[in-house]
Amino acid sequence: MPKTAASSIQTQAAKKNGFWAVLKKYHAFYLMLIPGILYFAIFKYGPMWGLTIAFQNYNPFQGVLGSQFVGLSHFQRFLTSPECGQLFRNTLLLAVFNLVFYFPLPIIIALMLNEVGNKWFQKIVQSLIYIPHFISWVVVVGLCYIMFNNQNGSITQLYNQLTGGQLNILMSAKAFRPMIVIQMMWKEAGWGTIIFLAALAGVDVQLYDAAYIDGATNFQRLWHVTLPSIRGTVVTMFILRLGKFMDTGFDQIYNMLNAMNRDVGEVFDTYIYQLGMVAGQYSYSTAVGFFKSIIALVLVIITDRLSKNMGEDGVF
Amino acid sequence: MVKTKSLGYRAGMTLIYALLALIALFCVIPFIHVIAASLSTPEYLASAGFILWPVQFSLDTYQYIFSTSTVFHALGNTVFITVCGTIVNMVMTILMAYPLAHNYLPGKKVINFLVVFTMMFSGGMIPNYIIVRGLNLINSYWSVILPGAINAFNLIVLRNFFAQIPPSLEESARMDGCSEFRILLQIILPLSMASLATITLFYAVAHWNQFQQPLLYLNDSEKWPIQILLRQMVILASGAGLGDSGAMEESYVVPQQSVRMAVIVVSTVPILIVYPFLQKYFTKGVMVGSVKG
Repeated sequence: MPKTAASSIQTQAAKKNGFWAVLKKYHAFYLMLIPGILYFAIFKYGPMWGLTIAFQNYNPFQGVLGSQFVGLSHFQRFLTSPECGQLFRNTLLLAVFNLVFYFPLPIIIALMLNEVGNKWFQKIVQSLIYIPHFISWVVVVGLCYIMFNNQNGSITQLYNQLTGGQLNILMSAKAFRPMIVIQMMWKEAGWGTIIFLAALAGVDVQLYDAAYIDGATNFQRLWHVTLPSIRGTVVTMFILRLGKFMDTGFDQIYNMLNAMNRDVGEVFDTYIYQLGMVAGQYSYSTAVGFFKSIIALVLVIITDRLSKNMGEDGVF
Repeated sequence: MVKTKSLGYRAGMTLIYALLALIALFCVIPFIHVIAASLSTPEYLASAGFILWPVQFSLDTYQYIFSTSTVFHALGNTVFITVCGTIVNMVMTILMAYPLAHNYLPGKKVINFLVVFTMMFSGGMIPNYIIVRGLNLINSYWSVILPGAINAFNLIVLRNFFAQIPPSLEESARMDGCSEFRILLQIILPLSMASLATITLFYAVAHWNQFQQPLLYLNDSEKWPIQILLRQMVILASGAGLGDSGAMEESYVVPQQSVRMAVIVVSTVPILIVYPFLQKYFTKGVMVGSVKG
């Protein structure tokens, strides 16, 4: 909002008269802010204080203040445990798979949609590919369970009839990562095109005209005009995705996990749930969670700096 | 500008149209299959394969799942949570976004930073659980509504939208003696319909699809929303999902394939119905808020 002369004078006047005068002047605004501030204080910053139990042997009966202090022993225990390596490996591999297979997809689809002349076709395709985004992960995994069920899944049966083999997707560790990525592609590739379509719509038409006049083929036009024009958006989105690689999405992974694929599927979020909520190891699991959150924070800060250094908008 | 219609160009365009059609089809085929199968007679389903049209049309499966109150009840819970939750979301988000849209408000920078920080770092599952338990909210519907009351990203989108409404509108109303609340309600909100519709949609869909919070906080199977029930019936029961078996009840009858399909349809159809009406809003609203993924 541009600073009008009136509002500058307002702020100066407010500063002159001190804290209570400011409060009185903008009392309506501050009143409106109270519910929100209370919310963030209780439900967002409250739990951050709760992180102290990562340094304790938390006992629900003794509470946060009464539990015994143990310093960094939980962190030590985790970093030297075999699970640590496993979790990192699983999380890292899923993130890499995602980056390689999922990331280019919205860009390619957006480029194709951009070339399509028929508006009616474009609108229908867009409507259809956005739909999976609004479906819950439980439904997505549920659909997979129905279609790939070893005994009576419709796709399993089709595959078995065609090849005479026995398709085993759900109980197989090898199929786990591909399934996760395919599910992600199905669910989010369509929605992901929105930001790239917006970028493509912003390309200067004169650049296309100039290319045409210079005798560029359609492919040359794509390579020399279109792609460089959306380079900024692609780089920003790529960096954003890098910053989020610790996030695997609890809903999806949790519902896909079973005894057969736990080795390759267990990631931080599901491990923390298992350890904390099911096995009751509150302090240890909080330490693991704290560790994960710190790494994620560092990653986000690094990628934000990277993005700004490359001249693009930061994460925020 | 006339495009050269060379053979290569035509072939390329045909390929693009075909690919896009395939992708769009790929996105909806699972739904078509599941809807068709759920409307078929269960006995024929095992041999029917990957059908796209009901084989021996019958409403038996739906009759069956609504014969007991389980599915109905879970749907009711979900509707309740979605409606109450979205109202809470919108009221709290609007109330917080509006003051923050004013550049001259002292303390705005600090509050903005504190909000953004929560997007980068959080306490995690267990500390959140401790807070909710400390407030005695375990097993109450509020445990599912309150912890997510304001989504920082939605807040920022709405704040940015409010910020680009011309200040002259507010100032002239203020000079006429209008209170801030009235300005918000009668001037700002009517102008923000596209953005508000988009954010309402995002919140509502998030509530409908909620899984992790009900899993953690709602112990009573009476209170389970549809996603939890869905997991029970489709994933846990197919024999391949061996999550925490403590979540299953003792005398549990494994549902047939057709029943599972019907439950999926029933939990997805409300969103699919509402979707076309709201689509025109969110494609615009998302642009305005400049979504960054």
